[in-house]
Amino acid sequence: MKAAAAQFPLALRLVHWLMAAMIVAMLFIGVGMVSTVSEMRTWLIDLHKPLGILILCLAALRVCLRLMRPAPPLPDDLPIWQKAAAYASHLVLYALMFALPLVGWTMLSAGGYPIVLFGSIHLPPLGPVDPTLFSLLRRAHTLLAFLLFLTILTHLGAALFHAWIRRDGVFRSMVPWR
Amino acid sequence: MKRVTPTLVIRLAAIGVILLAVTAGFAFAAGWFSPDRLSPRDIVDSLQIHDGLHPGFRRAHAKGLCIEGRFLANGNGTALSKAGVFTPGDVPVIGRLSTGGGLPYAPDGRLVFHAIALSLTQANGEQWRMAMDDTPIFLVATPQAFRDFQLATAPDPGTGKPDPVRTADFLVHHPETRAFMEWMRDAPLPSSFANGTYYSINAFRFTNAAGETRFVRWSLVPETPFTALDKSTLASVPPDFLFDDVVQRLRQGPLRWHMVVTVAAPGDPVDDATKPWPSDRPQVDVGTLTIDRASIEEDGACRNITFDPLILPAGMASSDDPLLAARSAVYAVSLTRRGGEPAGPSAASKDPAIRKAAP
Repeated sequence: MKAAAAQFPLALRLVHWLMAAMIVAMLFIGVGMVSTVSEMRTWLIDLHKPLGILILCLAALRVCLRLMRPAPPLPDDLPIWQKAAAYASHLVLYALMFALPLVGWTMLSAGGYPIVLFGSIHLPPLGPVDPTLFSLLRRAHTLLAFLLFLTILTHLGAALFHAWIRRDGVFRSMVPWR
Repeated sequence: MKRVTPTLVIRLAAIGVILLAVTAGFAFAAGWFSPDRLSPRDIVDSLQIHDGLHPGFRRAHAKGLCIEGRFLANGNGTALSKAGVFTPGDVPVIGRLSTGGGLPYAPDGRLVFHAIALSLTQANGEQWRMAMDDTPIFLVATPQAFRDFQLATAPDPGTGKPDPVRTADFLVHHPETRAFMEWMRDAPLPSSFANGTYYSINAFRFTNAAGETRFVRWSLVPETPFTALDKSTLASVPPDFLFDDVVQRLRQGPLRWHMVVTVAAPGDPVDDATKPWPSDRPQVDVGTLTIDRASIEEDGACRNITFDPLILPAGMASSDDPLLAARSAVYAVSLTRRGGEPAGPSAASKDPAIRKAAP
C-alpha cells in the first residue's frame, strides 16, 4: 500500500508519544489530586503545575513542527465521515492541549494562587484576581479535562481501529520507529 | 466492508478491552470506586450541613474584616529558613481577622474563637500565607475527625440544637477534642483581636541556606497587654463587639505582634495539631507584624483569596500533619463555591460604627 510508506517527521512522532504519556499522566494526576484531602494531593499538585506548563511549551513546538510539513494523507478509501472525524478530533486535541494549561494558569491567577513551578521559580499571573472568574475557570478546567479524556479515548480507539482492523498504514504513520 | 472473521472479532474485542481498561483506570484515579476516600467536597459539605449555606461567604470563618500592614524581619529567622521574608527588611502584608464558624452574621459572643490570616509577599513575589487561631492547638487531629465533628455537632432539624447523644458519642471517641473544649471553657481568652496570641496550629518544615531542616510552629505574640474576656457577659455583648473594638483601636494607631518561631525537639509530635509541644522549646523572635489599616471585606483584598497554609516560599514546607493538605484542598473548594455565588453584604459593612472607622 502506498500510504503505508508515509510517516510524520521523526521529531513530530517523538513529540506525539512524549506528549501522549504526559497528557494521560496529567489527566490521571488531575482527577486524583482533586478527589482527596490526603498528603498525596500536595505532591500531585506540585507535579501538576510544572507538567502543565511543559505540555503548553511542547504543544507550541508541536504546532510549529506540524505546520512545517504536510501530514501524510489519509487513505483514499477512508469514508468521508471518518476523514472529517479525524480532522475535527485532531483540531479538538490541539485546541485542548493549549486550552487546559492556559485555563489552569489563568484560573490560579484569578484565585490569587502563586504559579509555582519549583522552588522559588514561579510564573507571572495571567489575569486579574477575581473569585467569580476563578470559580468559572475552575469548573471549566474540569469540564475541558473530561472532554480531553473522551477525545483521547476516541483517538486511541480510532488509532487501534486503523492498526488492527483496517491495517491501512495510518497507525504506522505515527509510530516512533521506521 | 470486511468479512467478519474470528480474528476480526478478537481484534475488535481487544480494542474494546483496552478502552475500557483506560476508562476504569481513570475512574479509579478519580475515586469513583473508592466511596471511603475523603474528598475536600465531603468536608465542605459537612460545614454546610453544620452551619447552613450562606452564598458568597467562606464556609468557615465566614465573618471577617480585611487588614493591611507590614512585616519587618530582624534577620534572626535566616538561621531557620532561607525564605526571603526573614532577611532584614519589611514586606507588605494583607490579611483578615475573623471569628470561628460558618455563620457570616453570627454575634461575636457566640463562638469565642479569634483568628488572623495573613499573606506576606516577598520582594521576589513569593508568598507566605497562613491562617492562625488564638488556640495553641486544634480540636481534631485528622480531616476525617474534622468532618465527623461537624456532622456530630450539626443542629438537629427537629430541635435546632446538636443532638447531645451524637456529640457525646463523638467526644468519647475523641478525648483530644474533649480536652480542647475543656481548655476553651477554662482558659482565659483574649478580650480583643488586638491582645490575642495567634498560633500556626500545624507544624511546618523550615530549611535554612545551609540545607538544615527543622520542624517548627510559630505564633504572633501581641504587644497589646493581655486582658481576659469576661465569659459571663457573652450573651449580652453587642453582636460585632470584637470587630468594633479592633477598628476603634486601629483608629488610635497601629497594632503590633512579634512573630515567634518555636523549634521542635526530636520526638515532638509534628503530625498532630492536637498535641502541644513542651514549653521549654527554643523560641526565636523573627520580626514584627504591624497592622495599621482595616477595611470591610467589600473594599479589601482579603475576600478574593484563600489563606491556604501550603502557599509557602522556598525555605518552608509542609510537615506530615494530615490537616495541612486538607486545609489547602478545602479552602480551594470553598473559594470555587463562593466565587460562583452572589455575595451578600459582610456583617462589618452593615455595622455603622465599623463603616465609619474603616473607610
